[in-house]
Amino acid sequence: MNANAPLLQLKGVSKRFGPVQALNNVDFEVKAGEVVGLVGDNGAGKSTLVKTIAGIYSPDEGEFYFDGEPVHINGPKAAVALGIATVYQDLALCDNLDTVANLFLGQEEIAGGVGTVVRQLDEVDMEHRSHELLDQLSVTIPSVRSEVGTLSGGQRQQVAVARSLLGEPQLVLLDEPTAALGVSQTAQVLALITRLKERGLGVVVISHNLADVFQVVDRIFVLRLGERAGDFDAEQTTQEHVVGAITGAEFGDKPAGHNRSEGDR
Amino acid sequence: MSTAEQAAPTPGTVETSRRTVFLRRFLSGDLGFLRVILILFVIWAIFYSQNDRFLSAQNLTNLVLQITAIGLISVGVVLVLLLGEIDLSVGAVSGLCAAVMAVLNVKHGWDPYLAIAAGVAAGTLIGFLQGSVFAYIGVPAFVVTLAGLLAWQGALLYVLGDTGTINITNSKIVGLANTFYSETTSWIIGAVAVAVYAGVSLWGYRRRVAAGLADQAFGPIVFRIALVAAVTIIAIGIFTQDRGLPLAGLILVAFVAGFQYLISRTRYGRHIFALGGNIEAARRAGINIATIRVSVFALAGTMAAIGGIMGASRLLAVNQSSGGSDLLLLAIAGPVVAGTSLFGGRGTVWSALLGALVIGSISNGMDLLNYDSSVKFMVTGGVLLIAVIIDAIARRQRQAEGRV
Repeated sequence: MNANAPLLQLKGVSKRFGPVQALNNVDFEVKAGEVVGLVGDNGAGKSTLVKTIAGIYSPDEGEFYFDGEPVHINGPKAAVALGIATVYQDLALCDNLDTVANLFLGQEEIAGGVGTVVRQLDEVDMEHRSHELLDQLSVTIPSVRSEVGTLSGGQRQQVAVARSLLGEPQLVLLDEPTAALGVSQTAQVLALITRLKERGLGVVVISHNLADVFQVVDRIFVLRLGERAGDFDAEQTTQEHVVGAITGAEFGDKPAGHNRSEGDR
Repeated sequence: MSTAEQAAPTPGTVETSRRTVFLRRFLSGDLGFLRVILILFVIWAIFYSQNDRFLSAQNLTNLVLQITAIGLISVGVVLVLLLGEIDLSVGAVSGLCAAVMAVLNVKHGWDPYLAIAAGVAAGTLIGFLQGSVFAYIGVPAFVVTLAGLLAWQGALLYVLGDTGTINITNSKIVGLANTFYSETTSWIIGAVAVAVYAGVSLWGYRRRVAAGLADQAFGPIVFRIALVAAVTIIAIGIFTQDRGLPLAGLILVAFVAGFQYLISRTRYGRHIFALGGNIEAARRAGINIATIRVSVFALAGTMAAIGGIMGASRLLAVNQSSGGSDLLLLAIAGPVVAGTSLFGGRGTVWSALLGALVIGSISNGMDLLNYDSSVKFMVTGGVLLIAVIIDAIARRQRQAEGRV
């Protein structure tokens, strides 16, 4: 394991769906404690890239490195086992269950003693751990015992993100985490992303909302028609440049910040 | 002095907020439960005002015997409803499995317990088959079990053969629905049940306090224990005035309590609720959807068989109409009347018991008042409709409050 190596590094990744070249020779990397915004127009390949990292699609070509080690992600479980958690746009929460039940769904704590035989739930321990986890992330919800269906959109998003952290991942992929959220709820979710970064996690955020992206990310990676169209340091670029890269409009021969990561290598 | 005065209001505020929380929980969370109790009291008051024999010890004991079969079948139906599915075959399965037991015992001379086990196993197998076709081949459960309804009814006629009716005389099978415990035994059983409930509740509360999660107030727990004790004392008091605590009622309550534990306290039950709430979330959480589906249908078949056997034991016979008529519809209507959602993800096994009580009370009271069965059907239908309307209004209110 190399301390200087990026947490996740993709080299020359391509993915084709029939005649459509969804990803074409894409290099991508995320460092620990870094938030990368993944932007691009519809059909630019953002979702394909994230799903490739999450193990849902297997790439046609390309190399993956996790913690500097070459890895082969051949399924969602392999991605999870590596420490990659994904929070999809539709959240996948059960509205009829409470926060504790949703956080632990599929990985419930089982009580000791005679209860083990019938897989009795250890509700006390799960609730205790839920409080711990939510407190660490400064997530405030009315009660961990009220149905998730009663929570606001922002609270639900935070529960979904918190849920992904139970497996103690090193990299979190967030698909449109602020879509359909109000101003204050968006702020809550962005604050949560910052706390993930503070915990030393690598975070990839897909978003259409550049204003949101600029608030939290360290780096902006632009995809256009399946190819890398720009890689910007968030502090040294402007929304105009990023929009230019997304749409393919030119700002001089070389937009500021372009190929920054190439220089790093 | 001033510090003490400032500190004094705090415990009071905590007490008030706890009371408000308790009240809110009681009103919102247990609203379905309260609603059905209210419906039950109204029905009982109406029949009692028309004929005071309705609430006599003898009639209430009869009522318990009448609802046992349907209540047991409803226990399985609740599990299927929690998935958001439906099983239309439970009536036919109950009849067929009772016939299997009767034929093996009466015609083939099998040991009664072995015959009962074979009947129950037949129910499990049927549920397993139907569940597999639904879960693995993807045929909607509605259609699979509709085909089952027809097929198992045919199987019932086939198993019964030319005789048409098989009378059950074996004392052990007949004893299932016709055993009554003496006064002393009844009270001991009641005391043990209450003690177990109180012990489990208090132990659970102690664990929560020890873990620093004592947000749950102590008052409601004591209240619930007192309520369970009161209901037990009243029920046993009534039964002992007549023939004694009926074994059939005990079997029903035991199955209801057991399955309620299963769905609310175990991982398996949690996964059933997850499937009913959001199947995609369940799938992504790594829950094996097919296994849960097949097992729930197998349990529904098992409970249908057990209900059918209890019914045969009470009627001392199995005939060509066993498990037919309105049994299926009432077994589904009961839990729905008592607050289990038809759309999945919401409900309790207690709704099987309470729903059976509501529907059984209507049927029993109308018989007592010599109403024609035509009126009985119409009234039962009306009560079901009212219950479902209240459910729909409650759902709309939940949505208006932002609860989906």
